[in-house]
Amino acid sequence: MDFTEQQIERYSRHIILSEVGVEGQEKLLNSKVLIIGTGGLGAPAAMFLAAAGVGTIGLVDRDVVDLSNLQRQIIHQTKDVGKLKAVSGRETINEMNPDIKVIEYHTFVDSSNIMDIIKDQDYDFIIDGTDNFAAKFLINDACVLAKKPFSHAGIIRFHGQLTTYIPDNNTPCYRCIFKQPPPEGVVPTCREAGVLGVMGGVIGTLQATEAIKYILGLGDSLAGYLLTYDALDMEFRKIKIKHNKKCGVCGDEPHITSLIDYAQPVCDLSTGTIKG
Amino acid sequence: MKVQINGQEKELAGPLTVEELLKVENVKMPEMVSVEINGEILDREQFSEVIVKEDDEIEFLYFMGGGACGLY
Repeated sequence: MDFTEQQIERYSRHIILSEVGVEGQEKLLNSKVLIIGTGGLGAPAAMFLAAAGVGTIGLVDRDVVDLSNLQRQIIHQTKDVGKLKAVSGRETINEMNPDIKVIEYHTFVDSSNIMDIIKDQDYDFIIDGTDNFAAKFLINDACVLAKKPFSHAGIIRFHGQLTTYIPDNNTPCYRCIFKQPPPEGVVPTCREAGVLGVMGGVIGTLQATEAIKYILGLGDSLAGYLLTYDALDMEFRKIKIKHNKKCGVCGDEPHITSLIDYAQPVCDLSTGTIKG
Repeated sequence: MKVQINGQEKELAGPLTVEELLKVENVKMPEMVSVEINGEILDREQFSEVIVKEDDEIEFLYFMGGGACGLY
């Protein structure tokens, strides 16, 4: 592909890196990343991937922007309150970098649509930016079954974690670590929940880093490790995780061969209780 | 006995099971924790059977997301 002069200037700090160069930048511009959830994690991930020149970015979200999102979901602005998050995300991305093609999916993922979304653009890498266990297990299982690399992450209060799954590499998946969602009734009410706004910035940006490294074939990924971050102690730990032979979806005798819709409790912020 | 829990050395009055260790370590929601000992993830069903030994390297891996994790 031929770069325009503007593109050469825009991506000059990438191109000057011997590990990236013109070839690497071309790879990025030809790559496709799907971001599921454009919230605390997905917002910064989407912005850095767009800035980096990842040519096609899929945004999956059925939510609309709420004022309480703006403390951490930096892709959305005050003027966007009430707007669909995927629309708001696309507008911010295109203002920042008109090179990027943004595909909007105004839906939440479930067993009936996730495979179609992943295969819609044959995405190269998937970022789990969701905030609930049902979606996290669904994304894991879908990526394992579809043999797609993905980045899992979670944030809460002053804590964050992430790992990377690379198919066909004896990489542990999310389910290797966490066999199944926590039993209903154990997840505390949302009144107890809260998250420091920057947690999504730190962890979502690391997810974007893993996506870019995967596309460029650079360095070592977090495959086989769970990275945990404690902002209060300012401590990162990289915990070695082995592939779990007994894993239900990627173990020696997998019993999960189709996708599961786990019940997802709905948080009622006005009362701080969990419904359903 | 000495063990390592999440990278920190701890002195424990042993022997004890993983289930007992979760109590001793004041893990409020054990259902929200996966336990790895010396690199192997345990089945939850094993928590009451597996005995923690001297020099074991133990990781409590917490579920994170949905406004919840097992840390509190």
